[in-house]
Amino acid sequence: MAIVSTAKKSVAVNPLKQSQPLGAALAFLGLKGVMPLFHGSQGCTAFAKVMLVRHFREAIPLSTTAMTEVSTILGGEDNVEQAILTLVEKSKPEIIGLCTTGLTETRGDDMEGILKNIRKRHPELYDLPIVFASTPDFRGALQDGFAAAVESIVSTLPQAGETRSDQVTVLVSPAFTPGDIQEIKDIIADFNLVPVVVPDSSASLDGHLDDSPSAVTGGGTTLAELRELGSSVYTLAFGESMRRSAEILEERFSIPYEVFPQLMGLDAVDEFLQGLSDVSGLPVPQRYRRQRRQLQDAMLDTHFYFGRKRASLAMEPDLLWSTANFLQSMGVEIHAAVTTTKSPLLEKLPVETVTIGDLEDLETLAVGSDLLIANSHAAGASHRLNLPLYRMGFPIFDRIGNGQRCLVGYRGTTQFLFDLGNLLLHVEEGRSREQVDHWRSGNLDKV
Amino acid sequence: MTVEWMLSNISVNTHPFHLLTFTLLPTPYPLRTAMKLTQGKINELLSESACEHNHKKEGKGKNKSCTQVAQPGAAQGGCAFDGAMIALVPITDAAHLVHGPIACAGNSWGSRGSLSSGPMLYKMGFTTDLTENDVIFGGEKRLYKAIQEVHQRYQPAAIFVYSTCVTALIGDDLDAVCHKAAEKLGTPVIPVNSPGFIGSKNLGNRVSGESILEHVIGSQEPEYTTPYDINLIGEYNIAGEMWGVLPLFEKLGIRVLAKITGDARYQEVCHAHRAKLNVMICSKALINVGRKMEEKYGIPYIEESFYGVEDMNHCLRSIAAKLGDPVLQAKVETLIEEETEKLNRALEPYRQRLRGKRVVLNTGGVKSWSIISAAKDLGMQVMATSTKKSTAEDKARIKELLGTEGVMLEKGNAQELLRVIAQTKADMLIAGGRNQYTALKARIPFLDINQERHHPYAGYVGMIEMARELDEALHSPIWSQIRKPAPWEVPGVDIPDLDDQ
Repeated sequence: MAIVSTAKKSVAVNPLKQSQPLGAALAFLGLKGVMPLFHGSQGCTAFAKVMLVRHFREAIPLSTTAMTEVSTILGGEDNVEQAILTLVEKSKPEIIGLCTTGLTETRGDDMEGILKNIRKRHPELYDLPIVFASTPDFRGALQDGFAAAVESIVSTLPQAGETRSDQVTVLVSPAFTPGDIQEIKDIIADFNLVPVVVPDSSASLDGHLDDSPSAVTGGGTTLAELRELGSSVYTLAFGESMRRSAEILEERFSIPYEVFPQLMGLDAVDEFLQGLSDVSGLPVPQRYRRQRRQLQDAMLDTHFYFGRKRASLAMEPDLLWSTANFLQSMGVEIHAAVTTTKSPLLEKLPVETVTIGDLEDLETLAVGSDLLIANSHAAGASHRLNLPLYRMGFPIFDRIGNGQRCLVGYRGTTQFLFDLGNLLLHVEEGRSREQVDHWRSGNLDKV
Repeated sequence: MTVEWMLSNISVNTHPFHLLTFTLLPTPYPLRTAMKLTQGKINELLSESACEHNHKKEGKGKNKSCTQVAQPGAAQGGCAFDGAMIALVPITDAAHLVHGPIACAGNSWGSRGSLSSGPMLYKMGFTTDLTENDVIFGGEKRLYKAIQEVHQRYQPAAIFVYSTCVTALIGDDLDAVCHKAAEKLGTPVIPVNSPGFIGSKNLGNRVSGESILEHVIGSQEPEYTTPYDINLIGEYNIAGEMWGVLPLFEKLGIRVLAKITGDARYQEVCHAHRAKLNVMICSKALINVGRKMEEKYGIPYIEESFYGVEDMNHCLRSIAAKLGDPVLQAKVETLIEEETEKLNRALEPYRQRLRGKRVVLNTGGVKSWSIISAAKDLGMQVMATSTKKSTAEDKARIKELLGTEGVMLEKGNAQELLRVIAQTKADMLIAGGRNQYTALKARIPFLDINQERHHPYAGYVGMIEMARELDEALHSPIWSQIRKPAPWEVPGVDIPDLDDQ
């Protein structure tokens, strides 16, 4: 049991957290033909866009209602209306993903009312789904905004339909990268099941060259697929923050669900594959049996370097859960854990204390550990503490390949062991030498 | 009912919550209106008289781009808060504290490309990270404590405090809190009234200019002065490019008293009022600082650029002429001769490889002609350039440089750029990072010339770096492979026709 502590200070130094609207945008970007729209000042969109572009190295569709001082005082209805009409004319989106920001939530724009009025005035928008998520910047973090958007998607778009015995809905939290999602899809498909992933960033943010550039997302979950989610036989939710969305689908269509809080490590993947085998009635395919043996071998090869190492982690709750548990299962001690927002998982983490805080907290708490795992912003702390940094989470702007990186399943877990093992191997060499150097100089107390 | 009327009657402090705002500061700091930056002040910054954009043409004010209101659904740029931070964050030994919810600092900190030769404090992100409670009850108390904590833990030379949309809306009195904190802590705490919703990045630059004019410049005296003291204003040392120019000044015996703000220390900005000349680099951004320093301290200013041989030469000559020393002028001529000769030798191989290559440019304001002249200097043909942010004077100059066939782009959106590239059969796009993937996804070579880039292009040495980068982008062996259809694809169906988009 972990104690959840909140840093007692008035200033956040080197923030770890990103805002809710950014998370919502990330969720919307996993839908096909989407244009996310922030109801806020133009800077809200510009900052989020720059971050997403730097992380994925892709053109990112993202737009703004461009609120000004005057429209903030008068109310944002005209801006929302004009933005939607302009987007429909210029970008022809199939879906608009609308979310609020700190500015418009402070002002208190009645979004439901505004959308109703706009629909009344513009019957031509009848066919255009506008999915709305309330995402004030002054509450929650990226993971919460992402969850809010997915909850809104599954609350509004799916329709009831005849159950298809091979279709499963797959909900994925932002702890999973496009590469992870591709792996999950491939595994499920190998059991002769048809996965409909929401949101499916493996088709939009994976980094691939299309025939022609597009003003909206070129891939992702299609509107038709979203409409037919009511026909799925089962919901698989990856990441605890997807639980509420799975519940919504159960409430609406009586679809049973299972939440997988992690898909890294032998036990977690075993459980997942056995589940798929049970649902599909098919045996686990040969390639995964092989991959499992490869993972076990990698665990043998790497455990020398993981044992007794102390890792300090700073990441969002879902990713923290999966990473901390897996590392612990490899013999690593979690020296410090810092996260961004509340989650029912935090208390169950295999650590003494988990701090809802920033990278300054990480830097303080990480003293004495062997390794940092956090986003690219921790590079400064890594430098100052002279500790290696393994980059995970968002944003990662000083490493390439974030779209296709895969750290889930047997294959992904093996990759993670190799990546981290290489870093730790280096640490180990230095440490052993340091120890015997102490002995050599007569200091035999150093063990 | 006009907008002006509205604003004269309603301050931003209309939110019902403001009644609940903590009155942290009783007498002598009664709760004032939320922003010291009144609408009158904003209008003054927007219609800045020294800005070429606002020079009258045929009797009408021609201030299109400065007062342009961002269009919902179409706007692409950053906000005033972004602009204010771009202009001040390069002060390296200061702490930059953002008073707002997490989005403003959380989504932007640490991402600006200006380099430091020493202190790294400016690279840290500080924010009050407002919660819902602060929004309801006011954020002044938290801000005051935050300033205290930053001061205690990091001992910055100064603390710049930036207001944002939300803190302006709930009526937090930034000026009063900063004033009180400064007095109590005995360290400079400078308010920057920069809520994003007041306008564009450009306006934000000027807002930050007002802050340093009011609170920083002239607040301390330099140890000594020389007749050759200048300030560089609007140069942010992106990718360290200023360091390719400073040695030239040193060689000439010109002292850069204050860099505003690339690789600056707080103190040097305080000393800026004792310079003999202000050299405005990215001239439109902080033009108000130049003009007001002329009014207040009698320091003349000139608008120059460090990009391209022509402009670099022009810059050095203008400085020498303005400082009015014939010996210095002679020295400048010698230096230009030396540097040009060296440069020509270094550029020769690149000129051969770049000659006749066709480029499309998409960049703002002064850079549009500045980069054209640099490209022409390398023997490249500029087929089209954006003139969205250019003044009438800029445009005339562009026209002259481009010749009759050149295309002047009023709009710079992605589709339009791709269309013009196809139409002019251009070999590459030179633009800001935002357009990088527009070009790359269309299989077109690209060079980044804006804020976010990692290569220094200023001065004579920067020219060589630019030539190298252009050469690398254009002649990379990947292009034929990227454009090659798979052997199993129908022959003849190659890359998509850009005209069709």
